[in-house]
Amino acid sequence: MARLVLNEEQQMLKDSAQGFLRERAPISQLRRLRDERDEKGYSQALWSAMVEMGFTGILLPEEFGGTGFGHVGMGQIGEQVGRNLSASPLFATAVLGASAIDLAGNEQQKQDLLPRIAAGELLTALAVDERARHTPDWVETQAERRNEGFVLNGEKRYVVDGHIADKLIVSARTAGSASERDGITLLIVDADADGVEIERTIMVDSRNAAVVRLSGVRVDAGAVLGEVDNGYPLLERLLDIGNAHIAAELLGIAQEAFERTVQYLKERKQFGVLIGSFQGLQHRAAHLWSEIELVKSVVLAALSALDQGSADAAQLASLAKAKASEVAQLATNEAVQMHGGIGMTDEFDIGLFIKRARPLQQLFGDYRYHADRYAALSGY
Amino acid sequence: MSDLEDFRRETRAWLEANCPASMRTPILSDDDPCWGGRKWTFKSEDQRLWLERMAERGWTAPDWPKEYGGGGLTKEETKILREEMARIKARPPLHSFGIWMIGPAILKFGSEELKRQHIPPIVRGEIRWCQGYSEPGAGSDLAGLQTRAVDMGDHFIVNGQKIWTSYADKADWMFCLVRTNPDVKKQLGISLVLFDMTTPGVSTRPIKLISGSSPFCETFLDDVRVEKNQVVGEIDQGWTIAKYLLTHEREMIGGFGRTAAGEKTLSQQAVDVLGLDNGRLADSFMRADIARWDLDAKAFELTAERVVDEAKSGQGVGNASAMLKYYGTELNKRRQELLMALYGSDSLVWEGEAWRDGALPRQWLRSKGNSIEGGTSEIQLNVIAKNILGLG
Ligand SMILES: Cc1cc2nc3c(=O)[nH]c(=O)nc-3n(C[C@H](O)[C@H](O)[C@H](O)COP(=O)(O)OP(=O)(O)OC[C@H]3O[C@@H](n4cnc5c(N)ncnc54)[C@H](O)[C@@H]3O)c2cc1C
Repeated sequence: MARLVLNEEQQMLKDSAQGFLRERAPISQLRRLRDERDEKGYSQALWSAMVEMGFTGILLPEEFGGTGFGHVGMGQIGEQVGRNLSASPLFATAVLGASAIDLAGNEQQKQDLLPRIAAGELLTALAVDERARHTPDWVETQAERRNEGFVLNGEKRYVVDGHIADKLIVSARTAGSASERDGITLLIVDADADGVEIERTIMVDSRNAAVVRLSGVRVDAGAVLGEVDNGYPLLERLLDIGNAHIAAELLGIAQEAFERTVQYLKERKQFGVLIGSFQGLQHRAAHLWSEIELVKSVVLAALSALDQGSADAAQLASLAKAKASEVAQLATNEAVQMHGGIGMTDEFDIGLFIKRARPLQQLFGDYRYHADRYAALSGY
Repeated sequence: MSDLEDFRRETRAWLEANCPASMRTPILSDDDPCWGGRKWTFKSEDQRLWLERMAERGWTAPDWPKEYGGGGLTKEETKILREEMARIKARPPLHSFGIWMIGPAILKFGSEELKRQHIPPIVRGEIRWCQGYSEPGAGSDLAGLQTRAVDMGDHFIVNGQKIWTSYADKADWMFCLVRTNPDVKKQLGISLVLFDMTTPGVSTRPIKLISGSSPFCETFLDDVRVEKNQVVGEIDQGWTIAKYLLTHEREMIGGFGRTAAGEKTLSQQAVDVLGLDNGRLADSFMRADIARWDLDAKAFELTAERVVDEAKSGQGVGNASAMLKYYGTELNKRRQELLMALYGSDSLVWEGEAWRDGALPRQWLRSKGNSIEGGTSEIQLNVIAKNILGLG
């Protein structure tokens, strides 16, 4: 295993992401997008600046306009995104979309799509789940062979960035029945194709999501990503990548909520003393600090395993996602509780962390899902 | 015994005849029940009728004395009424800080004049009350409150600021803790006073909760005139009454953990969503979590019952309300987290028809306040450690 520390390049990326996001995508921006009911749900100016910073090409090879800094590098940005609750297409496009096409795209698809992803000109969304509780092998969406191509019918919910994406990467059934792992195929579908209906949904975190309905959508054979009928291993790999990066974002959320809370314990007085002087709160803060240290380790290990292509990458991704979900839940709950009344107000930022944490926890599997998967991958 | 059986039979028949069908459905949010008051607009004709019929019998406050409009029922009869209401899943006709909090305090500590003035409108749901306790600098340390009431002979002039006052903007009257003597130990210079929210100098600013709804307020008191006859109990003795009142509030908030009448239990909902596999919930992790919650919830319910039974027979520990408040609110928070996990991504929809207009996440967020309002969980644990266990 690689050493569990950032190299110089990764550290620099972390530092620059920290400064950049704090300045260009602070929590006040999310508030503005929410309160103004912004149609796109992100700032175009921010997105352009992210492209300029090279964030969109971190996971892409140089030949397609990327830098190939890898998952550990990208995870550093994700962590800062978590700290600032920055809204942007980064995760759906530059993590999921970029990885999907880089991993499984044919030469044509890579040439067509990857440079545009790196340039921030093309947005993608991964349309996987059909049930409210993550079940990636439950695929009822049908892709029937017709002439050289396929016709799609089905519904996916709630697709992150579904309503702003130009291309949807859809898991569909080309053989077998729902819940069979064989017979699943990933297909690239144009969001504006005939028969695609996209309904934006307003979620608790005020971030982008949509219900995607496909009725009689025609695609040609060139839409297939990877192998026909054998898309599930690719999908699993993509979800591992997604989960490791979600864990990084959850780590950022947990840390920021925690640090703001510790700061409050050092400012707020009751009974004539700082509330941080009460041992009942001190021990809980110390416990939480310890838990967050554990999350730092598992997130770095998972990202690093993805970069190394280690055999235990899947297991580590589930470990990271499970632990980060558990600790982000604890951190955000403790944050509200230790702030008292002010923590319950919309005006105060701490509530936005709890609202963002739960969707991330659930996206691509919550604590229970990944604890179960970890056990299964461990052979019990 | 046969008297009670007669009472049960009559009550059942009366409820069947008088509780409208739409008042036999679960309450879905803070805005759904009837809160009453001068500014109240009934959500439906059924809601108005149900309040009117129950208030006429004094059954909005069944165990309060008849002479002030209450139902005059014994403890046993009150219990039967509640059971019979639960049987048909009847909503409480009125949600009211008057009934839950200030009413019992006035009945116990107030002058005859105050009882005649305030209790009947509370029973009828005509006056809605708010609770002016917390201040920016005095939350957990409530006795440190600074709102000042200066003695002007026959009245006080009150200046100060209250915060987190639930529904201050919708309430007609406030029961308010003020400092009447700044020169003594902080607990000994506090009085409980009552005033109309339309009194000159009273203003409110709503503060939105993270759940997006049910605002509480900042309340500003600027040279507010409060008549001396509106002091509950003795001047400077307000702390004792406040503590009594907090006990009531705590028991009430502790009850939030229980499944409301007509609502499906957590485990029933889990069966609906996840299905059974060989008679077991088809998700072993959820099953374990839900079972653990279920055991605690049942144990809590039995404990609440035991506390009541012991109190009736003059036994039991004082300060049980701290335990009930602590455990009940933490249970409710756990329940809400489990519901969020159970309904998965559907539970994250905040607006619109995609899924129930965001009722679930809003109720989940609101539950976070249960372990803060009415004294935080930490304060309840301090009370248990100090007063029951004799630690520190
Ligand atoms: C939804 C809601 C409705 C409310 N409605 C009303 C209302 O109608 N009227 C009203 O007057 N008030 C109301 N309140 C206010 C509520 O009573 C206070 O918020 C509460 O008492 C805590 O005070 P605080 O907010 O100042 O927090 P603080 O007292 O500042 O507490 C901050 C944190 O420090 C902890 N802490 C404080 N002291 C100790 C200690 N000694 N040991 C260990 N930990 C400690 C607390 O537990 C908390 O976690 C409401 C609050 C909420 C959330």
